[in-house]
Amino acid sequence: MAILSIVNQNSCEEEFSLREVPLKINGKLVNLQLRPWVSLLDALREYAGLTGTKKGCDHGQCGACTVLCDGERILSCLTLAVMKEDAEITTIEGVGTENELHPLQKAFIAHDAFQCGYCTPGQICSAIGMLNEGKAQNREDVKELMSGNLCRCGANSNIIDAIMEVKNETI
Amino acid sequence: MNNFTYSKASTVQDAVNRVQQGPEAKFVAGGTNLIDLMKYHVITTDALIDVNHVEGYHAIEARGEGGIRLGAFMTNAKTAYHPIIEQQYPLLSRAILAGASAQIRNMATNGGNLLQRTRCYYFYDVNTPCNKREPGSGCSAIGGYNRIMAILGASESCIAVFPSDMCVALAALEAKVNISGPHGDRSLAFTDFHRLPGNTPDIDNNLSHGEIITSIDLPSKGFSDNYSYLKLRDRNSYAFALVSVATALELEDGIVRESRIALGGVAHKPWRSAEGEAFLQGKEATKENFTRVAEIILTGAAGYQYNSFKIELAKRAIVRNCMMALNPETQLPGAQPSR
Amino acid sequence: MSLTASIGQPISRLEGNLKVTGAAKYSGDYNVAGLLYGHVINSTITKGKIAQISTVKAKALPGVIQVFTHENRPSLAWFNQMYADMDAPPGSPFRPLYDGEIRYNGQPIGLVVAETFELARYAATLVEVLYENETFSTNLEENVADAHTPALGLATMLKPPPPKPTGDFETAFAESFAQVTADYSHGTEHHNPLELFATTTIYEGDGKLTIYDKTQGTVNSQLYVGNVFGLKYKDVRVISPFVGGAFGSGLRPQYQLFMSVMASLELKRSVRVTLDRSQMFTFGHRPPTLQSTRFGADKDGKITAMNHSAIAETSRFEDYTEVVVNWSHMLYPAPNTLMEYKLVNLDVYSPLDMRSPGGSTGLHAIESTMDELAYKLNIDPLQLRLINYSDRDESLDRPYSSKELKQCFLQGAEKFGWANRNPEPGSMRNGNKLIGHGMATGIWEANHLPAKAEMIITKEGKLKVNSAVTDIGTGTMTIMAQIAADEFGLSVEDVVFSYGDSKKPFAPIQGGSFTTSTVGSAIKAAGKALRKKLLKKAGLMDNSAFRGVPISEVIFDNGYIILKNDPEVSVSLRDIILANKGKEIKTNNLSVPNVFKLKKYSRAAHSAVFVEVEVDQELGVVNVTRALTVVAAGRIINPKTARSQILGGMVWSISKALREETIVDHGLGKYMNQNLGEYHIPVHADIHDLDVIFVEENDTIINELGTKGVGEIGLVGMPPAIANAIYHATGKRINQFPIHFDSLL
Repeated sequence: MAILSIVNQNSCEEEFSLREVPLKINGKLVNLQLRPWVSLLDALREYAGLTGTKKGCDHGQCGACTVLCDGERILSCLTLAVMKEDAEITTIEGVGTENELHPLQKAFIAHDAFQCGYCTPGQICSAIGMLNEGKAQNREDVKELMSGNLCRCGANSNIIDAIMEVKNETI
Repeated sequence: MNNFTYSKASTVQDAVNRVQQGPEAKFVAGGTNLIDLMKYHVITTDALIDVNHVEGYHAIEARGEGGIRLGAFMTNAKTAYHPIIEQQYPLLSRAILAGASAQIRNMATNGGNLLQRTRCYYFYDVNTPCNKREPGSGCSAIGGYNRIMAILGASESCIAVFPSDMCVALAALEAKVNISGPHGDRSLAFTDFHRLPGNTPDIDNNLSHGEIITSIDLPSKGFSDNYSYLKLRDRNSYAFALVSVATALELEDGIVRESRIALGGVAHKPWRSAEGEAFLQGKEATKENFTRVAEIILTGAAGYQYNSFKIELAKRAIVRNCMMALNPETQLPGAQPSR
Repeated sequence: MSLTASIGQPISRLEGNLKVTGAAKYSGDYNVAGLLYGHVINSTITKGKIAQISTVKAKALPGVIQVFTHENRPSLAWFNQMYADMDAPPGSPFRPLYDGEIRYNGQPIGLVVAETFELARYAATLVEVLYENETFSTNLEENVADAHTPALGLATMLKPPPPKPTGDFETAFAESFAQVTADYSHGTEHHNPLELFATTTIYEGDGKLTIYDKTQGTVNSQLYVGNVFGLKYKDVRVISPFVGGAFGSGLRPQYQLFMSVMASLELKRSVRVTLDRSQMFTFGHRPPTLQSTRFGADKDGKITAMNHSAIAETSRFEDYTEVVVNWSHMLYPAPNTLMEYKLVNLDVYSPLDMRSPGGSTGLHAIESTMDELAYKLNIDPLQLRLINYSDRDESLDRPYSSKELKQCFLQGAEKFGWANRNPEPGSMRNGNKLIGHGMATGIWEANHLPAKAEMIITKEGKLKVNSAVTDIGTGTMTIMAQIAADEFGLSVEDVVFSYGDSKKPFAPIQGGSFTTSTVGSAIKAAGKALRKKLLKKAGLMDNSAFRGVPISEVIFDNGYIILKNDPEVSVSLRDIILANKGKEIKTNNLSVPNVFKLKKYSRAAHSAVFVEVEVDQELGVVNVTRALTVVAAGRIINPKTARSQILGGMVWSISKALREETIVDHGLGKYMNQNLGEYHIPVHADIHDLDVIFVEENDTIINELGTKGVGEIGLVGMPPAIANAIYHATGKRINQFPIHFDSLL
């Protein structure tokens, strides 16, 4: 994995200096040179080269940047990378294995649960987090608990169909 | 949102010491509102003190005198789904789960929830006058688009509302806020924590710079038999309340022994009415009585050009939510009105 | 071993794997070494001039490379029409950083370029601007007196002005048995695709640029960049493989493209400019529109007179138009009609086509007026549509190329259970919920534009197809592969469709529901030519049985050419390539619609929509609990992706009728909810039971494929069906979108 964009050392004052931020991303330890104000989302996309996590609003209002942090779904745009040192981050690139898609990924394809695909990584990471939580009893619960992930293409019913299929299989 | 130092506090004392560094220094826990506001340049800071690693405030513990203590750095989700909260304080659980999204509830902390800033459009837009953001600059909302603004307790300086759902339940449950600061520890009754705007809308609450919320105490009474949280908004989920209601009733043979009714989305703080609750005491739990309570609670409410509907809406919401509290099992996900 | 035809199969999206694994790359996902980041600065006033702009503090930050403003921008094309793109309305296009004039709130006035995104964003806050304010007006309602007839231009070809009046409307309306008069009001909406607009310009070093741009037209962006910056078209390559939604917002090149290219050329570096969500509200939008209708009918329900007038907002610099008032006479054969459409210039950016432009506006007024008329006449709303049904388009006095709308009505009514509806408003309930059933008709024109496609049989005997067209999430890539596969009897796995690249053969901007017909026809034309070429090559092979055989005597199947009369005689495409000295065989063809044939017919997709709502009797909260859209859109290439297109339109309908609105503070002249927290698009919890039916519709006139397009038809009929259902539930007619639940208290 490429570590990109190490900023010109001269370009900052000492007190805000770059620090090495160790992040465990998809099972690998990555040391990024970051300033404190770099969000986890930007750290993933611009510094760790993992562009699967998407920026749809940068303000916690769309869910496109959802990743799993120690197994829980969070919004990577509303947290600083430095705040997640040593946490286990899973992004869409770490979902499933090299040889086999995660059941949710398969279900999303089968149910045509996306159109433009931009919200998809966030929807899938969020759905994994939701199934881990184990709080959804039925379709109405799933809809409510997935409402933090917007889909502008209007694939909503297909997304929920895909999640329900996997949820019912794993019970 | 650049040029701040970042450090991790190891203890509450350490955190309090670090935040003394300067008037702009800030604590960060979940960050869901603070980082958002920093990106909009509404809030600037020169030092962020991360309190997530301070141990001892991430759990729920029983208190000797009865009741429980919620750690301030515990997340909203962990709180809402905690068996003690689900079973003994289901109103709190319901209210938390009506707020934000699952992802944000996994990040946001209990202490941070109390410190949310308003969602007033004009507060968020640094290019418009706003007394809360820039004292003395004026209030754009009064003559502007004020659909989401306050109908109770507003002032000529500010008509913003406080956006939390969790706090509406905490107000109803008569929680207590425990605070540590440079001058030691203190506690505030929940209803004394947030302020009305008056002439100083820039001050949301009675926490001083340098002080930190460490925990929230709940008294033993959880109203787990008759409670309901109702949230009315412009979409079914992931939107702030136009009006929300937390209702907790203690009933005996259909007679109200004690009632708590708190409103969200209508004022600069969660709104309670002593007169309304007093009226209900000893009365039959009927729609007629709830309707009269609603009238009492909304006494003095005043709307602006685009939000006068909130007055009638709040009244109806109170009635409906009291009725729902009689059958709490009818509540729907997202605190939507039941069928 | 003949293969099943791909067309008509519900094939899963071919790019699905890339999208679910995060491997699909969008225009802001291209990271290259040394990439610079640009952040745009926007005007904070609505109208006036920049008196002074100081970039000193921003430039002093280490890591800030440059700050561009109108004062130091490079010299650009001076002629304003050089900025006119394929979708430019009549007028003078907006030119970023052209001068210090402020024309609307949020206008881009500068660009900070820095080594990191964070630094560029921060430095932008240090740029100091002093403005001279001028009075402005953004309020349509207050300025209707200034309405004027829109200027005509090239865009008029796809957006005809209102049809000429017929008969004598005023007299007929006055004399009609039943009359309905109604006013409708729509606010501003913004497209808000989930992907932020981004352009990554790669500076190639030899005067060439490779530009990853979020767009609905790679060629449109290429020509724009060439014209504005005086570059040779061949040196500008625009790539847009994945587009994170657009809905019209990418029909015109947006200012991040300009900024990214300008900075790249000036700094001779690669530069990415990504807009933030609030900046997504600083270019095109669906315009606010005020409409009024007057419909008159005889006692049997025959409509005798129709008047539909609309006044819409546009900017001060372009006359953007939509087709709002042309639809009623296309649907209903009234003898006396009067249609009017006017614009008001205001201090806003030019509006821009947004999914089902005009149709989703006009049909609301038309179909809710029809509902009101049905109640006035005491005729079932569906029956009223059948009474006024016509196979002809009376507005242009010509037949439809096909129109299975009646089937839509009948199949829809059956499946929905329309017959069980008690017509009395407020008569159906479930506990404290009032239940309403509403229906409406949808129509959207089926257009077809010229396009090219290249087809290649590779050395491996596979089929490669190339087009500059984008896939904005519509499934274009998958269905083009299906169309191409059938040209040669191949499976889609044997087809590689390459797209989203201006270097590939020309395709027009993607929108208006014309892409499948346009690019699909080009592929069919290329297929036809390539088959001939292959047969000819086969005939040249040694001892070939295909020498002189006419194309009508062979079939192409699964990689072989086979003699129809003697299926034992065949030759594989790979052998043909081998005989061609191993060189691939290709064709590049232009397909042009047969306008002489087409102009004798009106061509449109139709829909019938049935909606059930539940309205909380005390609280007003509305849920669309059930909705069915029945579509007649010609041949459906892929029922799976087409269904998704309709479902998307249905979600947009719920959004339009009940959710989304851009809030304008006219005192400040600006949009106040420039974010996704307060610009409410539906969440999963808002979406309940949605269903889609495609009826059989065989259209042999429209184009060789018989397709009409499905991108917009899902959004035209359902918003009025929701409003009509709310009336049925509550007895309240709310003619203002979105319908706030508190208006039902």
